[in-house]
Amino acid sequence: MSFWTYFHKWGSPRWFYQFSGRLMPWLAIPAVVLLLGGFAWGLAFVPPDFKQGNSFRIIYLHVPASAVAMGAYMLMATAGAIHLIWRMKLAAMVMKSVAPVGAALTFLALLTGAVWGKPTWGTYWVWDARITSVLILFFLYLGILALQQAFENQEAAAKACAVLAIVGAVNIPIIYWSVEWWYSLHQPASIKFVGESTIHSSMLRPLIATLTGMYCFLGWMVLLNTRNEILYRERNTRWVKDVLTGAGS
Amino acid sequence: MAMHPQRKQRLQIILFILVAVAAAAALLGYALRENINLFYPPADIVAGKAPLERKIRAGGMVEQGSVQRATDSLKVRFNITDYIAVVPVEYEGILPDLFAEGEGVVVSGVLGGDGVFIASEVLAKHDENYMPPEVSAALEKAGTTSVYQQQDGKAEKYGQ
Repeated sequence: MSFWTYFHKWGSPRWFYQFSGRLMPWLAIPAVVLLLGGFAWGLAFVPPDFKQGNSFRIIYLHVPASAVAMGAYMLMATAGAIHLIWRMKLAAMVMKSVAPVGAALTFLALLTGAVWGKPTWGTYWVWDARITSVLILFFLYLGILALQQAFENQEAAAKACAVLAIVGAVNIPIIYWSVEWWYSLHQPASIKFVGESTIHSSMLRPLIATLTGMYCFLGWMVLLNTRNEILYRERNTRWVKDVLTGAGS
Repeated sequence: MAMHPQRKQRLQIILFILVAVAAAAALLGYALRENINLFYPPADIVAGKAPLERKIRAGGMVEQGSVQRATDSLKVRFNITDYIAVVPVEYEGILPDLFAEGEGVVVSGVLGGDGVFIASEVLAKHDENYMPPEVSAALEKAGTTSVYQQQDGKAEKYGQ
């Protein structure tokens, strides 16, 4: 089977519905196990930080929420681009499905950051480059959600959202490197792709667990939303009626 | 892997949009670069690049041995440095828990004509080093400040 045949098969909502049904437990179970296990590990078993004490433990929620909020945006923008180029309806459904999850994660990142900032920095909020660019990410998600609702026509909504998602993607590298490019209050990343990470391995391991768990959670939620969207859009087809009456899967 | 010409064109349009938006963002960032920085490093303040008698922020490391606390009030004096220049700071109020000599701070307030920064707010700037207390104690015992604490890196970061 050539690459393009395989690629076009992904465009079939019915095939995707069946495939995602089989895939979902492989995301849901690791998501629950890694998130709950990682939180318990990070909150109760990891030693406190030498300077921050116990307040550093919010990292186990803050970093996964922030990282996955950015990853989700890239997923949304990529799905939008695929929809624009190949006119693939499924990609539009995925794009629509990511937005509420990404918005929720971004809000969680801002909230946990504020809660951590008060005891550590001495303030809930400061308009530095990192925090401001993440706030812009939150507004982009809200903009996509609002734009989606603003159109009667599904196709027009998908096109407009895809363009906004692609244009907003420029914010992602800005968020990531904001702490390097400008003087900010927010510290640079502790997990480094090149060179040694500046977080001790005993603290890093549960963070990797919750980070992986959060990515699985994103995948799980996006599949759930997309499956919902597929059922709604194809509600008049034979196969959906069969699924809903239990005649097939 | 031949692509349909129409799709290829749409792909090119999207890539063009991305490049154009990135270029616009880069120009905007370049134009606003001074405003996006949250604070002035001491080197810029000493060089006279920071405005006087106007509310600004300054950031750097609290110089070792520079903290002087008043005995009868919450007044405190300390120096901040980026290992290039030093700026004296005066503040009256409660300092954040993480405030200490050798740690990063961001202070907001007004720079006086005499070069003394009168701060109305002091924020602790936490760095990216996370480790258990035992590891930190062991590193101190071994004589290294910390394998994670790269003083050179910090100096570079604060004093471009």
